[in-house]
Amino acid sequence: MANGTAQNAVTLRRDTWWAAPLITAVVLGSFGIYSTWRALSNADFLVEPYLSPFYSPYILASWWPFSPALLILWAPLGFRATCYYYRKAYYRSFFLAPPACAVRPLAKEGSYAGESKLPFILQNIHRYFFYAAGVVLFFLWVDAFKALKFEDGLGVGVGTLVLFANAALLSLYSLSCHSFRHLIGGNLDVFSKCPTRFMLWGKASALNEHHMLWAWVSLFGVALADLYVFLLARGVITDVRLI
Amino acid sequence: MAVVKMRLYRGDSNGGAEKEYEVPLEEGMVVLDAIHFIQANYDGDLAVRWNCKAAKCGSCSAEINGMPKLTCKTRLDTLPLDKPVTVYPIKTFPIIKDLVTDVSWNYKVRKTIPPFTPAKDTKWVMYQEDVERGQEFRKCIECFLCQDVCHILRNHDKKNEFIGPRMLIKIAELEMHPLDTLDRKEFLRDQAGIGYCNITKCCTEVCPEHIHITDNAIIPLKERVADTYFDPLQWLLEKFKGSPKQ
Repeated sequence: MANGTAQNAVTLRRDTWWAAPLITAVVLGSFGIYSTWRALSNADFLVEPYLSPFYSPYILASWWPFSPALLILWAPLGFRATCYYYRKAYYRSFFLAPPACAVRPLAKEGSYAGESKLPFILQNIHRYFFYAAGVVLFFLWVDAFKALKFEDGLGVGVGTLVLFANAALLSLYSLSCHSFRHLIGGNLDVFSKCPTRFMLWGKASALNEHHMLWAWVSLFGVALADLYVFLLARGVITDVRLI
Repeated sequence: MAVVKMRLYRGDSNGGAEKEYEVPLEEGMVVLDAIHFIQANYDGDLAVRWNCKAAKCGSCSAEINGMPKLTCKTRLDTLPLDKPVTVYPIKTFPIIKDLVTDVSWNYKVRKTIPPFTPAKDTKWVMYQEDVERGQEFRKCIECFLCQDVCHILRNHDKKNEFIGPRMLIKIAELEMHPLDTLDRKEFLRDQAGIGYCNITKCCTEVCPEHIHITDNAIIPLKERVADTYFDPLQWLLEKFKGSPKQ
């Protein structure tokens, strides 16, 4: 009991405070297992004209003996791992630091260093992962446009819409990023001298209010886009040509 | 008339225990009303700090059913009443008596923050778009619920290393002020210990003024620290362009 305070229980909360971190752990953990399996499988990721987002841009390098997804996925993985929203999610769910508000954390009293020391001090390079993930996002848009080009000419299939939706959701997630919000205008103290940056900061701030939403829907979006291509490649489903 | 069971912490720095009371429930009743009923009808020596009863003075902070809240803003009909409602003093600060704690550490640490520093020849003209960001932070009523719920202070007792969310929004207010000229990034990194914050957002969750403490104050400050200490490109840019801050 520190400083003569009145309580020493893990928590006095009676609500279901454990539900949110548990659900987050299950969903994030499931995505981690699925994406690792798909990234390492090196198969069923290309069904013309659709390319799985886990393998975009498709890099065929003779010097690389492993799955080409591993050449790419470090960027979006690093972007999500250092993301301010996901940090909250996994610090609560996986590190129990703390699992919920006013609930005792797992770490021993006094042993905590937060993001002031290695390894978590590296969260400060989030903006560099933002730049790298931006390059990957550019290629996802390129792939979405390539998904308009069928053997018999231009067209639109369900897969085309899936890839466009995936790129759009990832764009919303990226443009709502806290680091982007800072770099585009948040680092200014006097907005009135930079009206364009003030306007862009305002738009980024509006998106940023829903950063958690974009983080989740874009995560589901990228998994579902990959799953769609996987199921097509396995012949489980058939793509429906809309136009 | 319905009756609500209240379990209040009674004790001081030497120890204490919960004590149960029965309070007649009235429409619109808040937890502070129930405490006042107990004080008036059962235990006149019950210690509780309160002032405005309008969620503006920040005096009546406590932990209701384990969550840091203002007792004057927490209606009893929003709580599950099938079990007794527990009211404890805020955990992070030393108890004086019953529901009253010693929050003076906050006032001491606040004095360490480098103050507003305008230029000598400042023209006192500001535009709305330049000041409205800081206006959100000025809503703070200093209830210290954010300081209480922050696990760095609450559980790890890092009061010598970390200044806490309330103080970080004070620094954000100063740092983002259009006429301020002082650079507090070194202070933020070293004395304020902003690196300790792992942005689990509990401070934002408990803020009765709904200030976006994490998104609008702490994260922008972390990004400013990253500009100088973790981003060689921004560091070079600052060196090349020069910083308006001293």
